[in-house]
Amino acid sequence: MSVFLNRISDVAKAASATRRPPARSDLRSWLVRLAPMITMACVLALWYLLSLNYPPFILPGPQVVAVTLAHKIADGTLIVNTAVTLSEALPGLLLGALFGFAAGYPIARFQLMDRLLSPFIVASQGIPFIAIAPLLLIWFNNGPGARIFLCAIVVFFPITINVIVGLRGISPLWRDLLRSMNATPWETFTHLELPASLPLLLAGLRVGGTLSMVGALAAEFLGTDRGLGFVINQGRGLYDTPLVLAGIVTTVAVALCIYGAIRYIEVKVVR
Amino acid sequence: MPILTADAICVTYPNGTEALHDFTLEMERGEFVTIVGPSGCGKSTLLRVLAGLLVPTSGRVVLDGEIITRPSNHVSLMFQEPALLPWRTVESNIHLPFEVGSGVHRMPVSRQKAETPDDGHNAQIADLINLVGLRGFEHAYPRELSGGMAQRAALARALATQPPVLMLDEPFGALDALTRESLIASLESIWRAARTTGLLVTHSIRESIFLADRVVVCSPRPGQVAGIVPVNLPRPRTWDMEGWPEFTLRKKQIRAALGDV
Repeated sequence: MSVFLNRISDVAKAASATRRPPARSDLRSWLVRLAPMITMACVLALWYLLSLNYPPFILPGPQVVAVTLAHKIADGTLIVNTAVTLSEALPGLLLGALFGFAAGYPIARFQLMDRLLSPFIVASQGIPFIAIAPLLLIWFNNGPGARIFLCAIVVFFPITINVIVGLRGISPLWRDLLRSMNATPWETFTHLELPASLPLLLAGLRVGGTLSMVGALAAEFLGTDRGLGFVINQGRGLYDTPLVLAGIVTTVAVALCIYGAIRYIEVKVVR
Repeated sequence: MPILTADAICVTYPNGTEALHDFTLEMERGEFVTIVGPSGCGKSTLLRVLAGLLVPTSGRVVLDGEIITRPSNHVSLMFQEPALLPWRTVESNIHLPFEVGSGVHRMPVSRQKAETPDDGHNAQIADLINLVGLRGFEHAYPRELSGGMAQRAALARALATQPPVLMLDEPFGALDALTRESLIASLESIWRAARTTGLLVTHSIRESIFLADRVVVCSPRPGQVAGIVPVNLPRPRTWDMEGWPEFTLRKKQIRAALGDV
């Protein structure tokens, strides 16, 4: 799991060229620096060439989407609906992180809890979360609670796993050390367990942050009149394909912002 | 009255292995006792029992007239590995004993800030850092230290609360021979400056003699006392003394005690 996360973080580092040390001025390092832009340019060019063969309601070119995007930002549609989606995704992320920590801690520390909970937490990942969404909508009377809760469910698992891996990675020697100093369980938590598992907790949050956007959108598809999911759904209903793509681009941008924000905290806190 | 008494300690592990058998030891205030023996003689088990980390199967440990059932604030333990917290600087690691247990209760120093806020211990910590020879490395992180320097920091941390008893579990076992020799000599002078009671476990006969007022020789399987050898060398000790007749004599006696078993 952590190997997987490390690779993701490396991709993220490469994507945000701003935080890298100043490059040497030879061609190679410039190429490395610009690599993500080159990929981006290639994708846009390919997209443009493809779009020439289709009518805009099937595949609008990037320039058409850009115009729609600018227009929908200017008239406030995308801004308001992004705010709505964020108001579901962020509390969902927080809630999922709390649940994830609350579940991960006892599983990592106590063998009995591990045996009691782990099989079911793993099995629960076999349930497609989109199948739970209608249930939540019924229970929460189609309110924002349903969408927040769905985000929390999606975020829960990666956080739980990372908390478990983080806490299990604490050397028994450190536990002996704290015990020999007569530390209380709370002191052991604040001085050892929390700081020692913080890097993995934040890595889990980073993955969870992007997942929470997925959860929020999925819930919005199923019936609401606000949010980015609704914008995309509306575009689909009107065959306004540029609007669908503008919604997707906005979603990706927001997810990247959440990812980047947590990455920023990580760099600040974990060094 | 002895400061520490181990009275007929027996430890049998759940798998039936008898690690310690009827181990009795008394330590006077201010003395340095070393325990020497081959691997498997239960040295580390004994130290865990004496430090209150492990409850013996039978027998009892009495520290300052009180029976030990859990770690005491009067005992500091130093392990074979430095066990420094990697997100804390040297200074902040040494500060740790003041933050947990009987220390002042407050939230930990943040991971990011290298500086430790002054809570009345900073002067003392600075003295300790000088004492163990780490001046200039106060704000270094453990990963920036060599193995010997990391153990010096761990020693300073163990001494921070001025414990009446300092226990060391083969503290330099993982280091190279030359570093060990210089650290053993440093330990002797630091121990004298700290005016505490010392108990060190080792499998090196030379080191056990160099440090000790008394050497307890252990025999293995199960661990028990094979003999106690007094060392009458003046302090401060130096490695020159290794050539002295007293040193050679004690070495022979320890070897004899080890050979008996």
